[in-house]
Amino acid sequence: MSSTLNVNTMAELTAKGEKPEVLFWVGCAGSFDDRAKKITRAFVKILNSVGVNFAILGTEESCTGDPAKRAGNEFLFQMQAMTNIQVMNAYEVKKIVTTCPHCFNTLKNEYPGLGGDYEVLHHSQFLQKLMEEGKLKIEGGEFKGKKISFHDPCYLGRGNGEYEAPRALLQELDADLVELKRCKAKGLCCGAGGAQMFKEAEPGTKEVNIERMEDVVDANPNIVAVGCPFCMTMMTDGVKNKEKEDTLKVYDLAELIAEGKGL
Amino acid sequence: MGLENILFVVAFAAAVFLFSKNLKAIIRNINLGKDVDISDNKPERWKKMILVAIGQSKMVVKPVSGLMHIIVYAGFIIINIEVLEIIIDGIFGTHRIFAVPLGGFYDFLIGSFEILAFLVLLAITVFFVRRNFLTIKRFGMREMLGWPKTDANIILIVEVLLMGAFLSMNAADQILQARGAEHYVVAGSYPISQFIVPLFDGLSNGNLVIVERVTWWFHILGILAFLNYLPYSKHFHIMLAFPSVFYAKLKPRAEFDNMDSVKKEVEMMFDPDADPYAAPAEPEGPVERFGAKDVADLNWKQLMDSYSCTECGRCSEQCPASQTGKLLSPRKIMMDTRDRLEEVGKGMDKNGKDFSDGKSLLGDYISEEELWACTTCNACVDACPIELNPLSIIMDMRRSLVMEESKIPSELAGMITNIENNGAPWQFSQTDRANWINEG
Repeated sequence: MSSTLNVNTMAELTAKGEKPEVLFWVGCAGSFDDRAKKITRAFVKILNSVGVNFAILGTEESCTGDPAKRAGNEFLFQMQAMTNIQVMNAYEVKKIVTTCPHCFNTLKNEYPGLGGDYEVLHHSQFLQKLMEEGKLKIEGGEFKGKKISFHDPCYLGRGNGEYEAPRALLQELDADLVELKRCKAKGLCCGAGGAQMFKEAEPGTKEVNIERMEDVVDANPNIVAVGCPFCMTMMTDGVKNKEKEDTLKVYDLAELIAEGKGL
Repeated sequence: MGLENILFVVAFAAAVFLFSKNLKAIIRNINLGKDVDISDNKPERWKKMILVAIGQSKMVVKPVSGLMHIIVYAGFIIINIEVLEIIIDGIFGTHRIFAVPLGGFYDFLIGSFEILAFLVLLAITVFFVRRNFLTIKRFGMREMLGWPKTDANIILIVEVLLMGAFLSMNAADQILQARGAEHYVVAGSYPISQFIVPLFDGLSNGNLVIVERVTWWFHILGILAFLNYLPYSKHFHIMLAFPSVFYAKLKPRAEFDNMDSVKKEVEMMFDPDADPYAAPAEPEGPVERFGAKDVADLNWKQLMDSYSCTECGRCSEQCPASQTGKLLSPRKIMMDTRDRLEEVGKGMDKNGKDFSDGKSLLGDYISEEELWACTTCNACVDACPIELNPLSIIMDMRRSLVMEESKIPSELAGMITNIENNGAPWQFSQTDRANWINEG
């Protein structure tokens, strides 16, 4: 469905003398990865429909430095962090929302020590708040009654203790939430964290995403929901590997909500 | 003071002396690590230690081994009250010195010790069977072959012998009590050892005294020997589990530390007033390496954790890399760290403080392949019953590989270059960042 998105950059708003209530940190995957761009668009559709006053950095955004840090290059991480912090502090950013748990963790936990203090929310937390404030009405739509499993992203769940926000959203879809046998604190990684996304895995007997996909196949949902663009890639590959494309779909939380509302 | 008491005092003093010597060596080794200030948030740390270390809250995630472990742990702590009595008796030649002052409560105490001892025997039997006769994957992984498996079995067997001696001693004692033998005060209750009584009932008083004395000596000498075995064993966790939990990371698990040494340099690059032609400031103290190549580059908490690890393998069981056949096993990271630290410590004892054997933790113990297999998912940290953090060691070693040796998988080198050139891990232009807006 083609639709016009209403997106301002911080630069545009500042030129008009305006300030958004929240900065949407799109992230590299959300900006460039074809599959993740759909998540970005879905999230913006929700923001537009609710009327959230947000802005993006646009071409002024740069990698948070997370993959560099996890790959051991602390120099590059701190260079990226300080550059981003200079930009955000110049715009007097107070609140950030992001659809990537890796950006979320880095911005929320690792930027303060380098001079960047912001309130940072993962989009599941942001959407949960909108829902609780009565601004966002979640409708099941085509997902009503469907079996949905949630794959916890490590950097949101185990890494930052957020297990409930994604589930609260899925509950509202009126879907049948089927937990994977390893979930929440015991959730198995998709295999992409720690800069693994950008390299081949070391030799072994199996790929991590295949091991994880087997948990999903065991739970046998119609949809596996994710909250991370890297998990999205790994799960989608897993579905292909298991030749389940016809019966098992992978969606981000934002896509489920946007679709459910017919946005 | 009789000969027996003199022998006891000598044995006891020797055991304490040896143990404190070994303890000192371990403390010295731990202090080879870099200093790190973890003195914040004391109330929360106490709370966590009480819950996780004393309360064993993370052990019971696995109900069978968790419950058995709690029994052995409680037995260990409570039966030590009995050891105090044995020590006093041993020094002064008294017998069951607590019996008269404690009266009826003494009976209750001895009775509870016996029941605990019996439960401990049961638990240890279960442990032994699980370790040796059942196929439990985490006990059979490659780092567990050889000494680690022997170590585990030695601990279990010694515990069986100690509990066995304790119960046999009580059995002989109660027969002597019943027969009104001199020196054997009528005290205690014996809910378990009463069943061993028929085994010794036919013996004369003289032989019974021998049985009682031999088991008494075996029990206490066994405990003293076990105490001195601890520093060589994974079983040292019974001491260091508590400080390890106390000083564990309180921040969100996914938050990694920002390296201060790097921060200083990056801040200077961002400082518009910095003189680019200024001579670099003389470094204070020895030049610090980025990341960890050897044990001395790790911090004292990481080194202490290597002594706290009791090799249960819950970390490796949960590790996505270990589960999919990669070389990485977080437990092995902890074991390697300790083995290397012991090697360095022994080398220093022999050759003086500044000796170097040309080896290092990175390379000689832990390979690059292991380090690059980590997804930093924190499953190992979450699984550890005492909050040890193999991931922090892996990260520090990656930092050394990348920042000191420029060793990085080629795909990651490409990713790094992309971030440097165009601010994204992929080769896309930064000017295209907002193209998604119009791509619906």
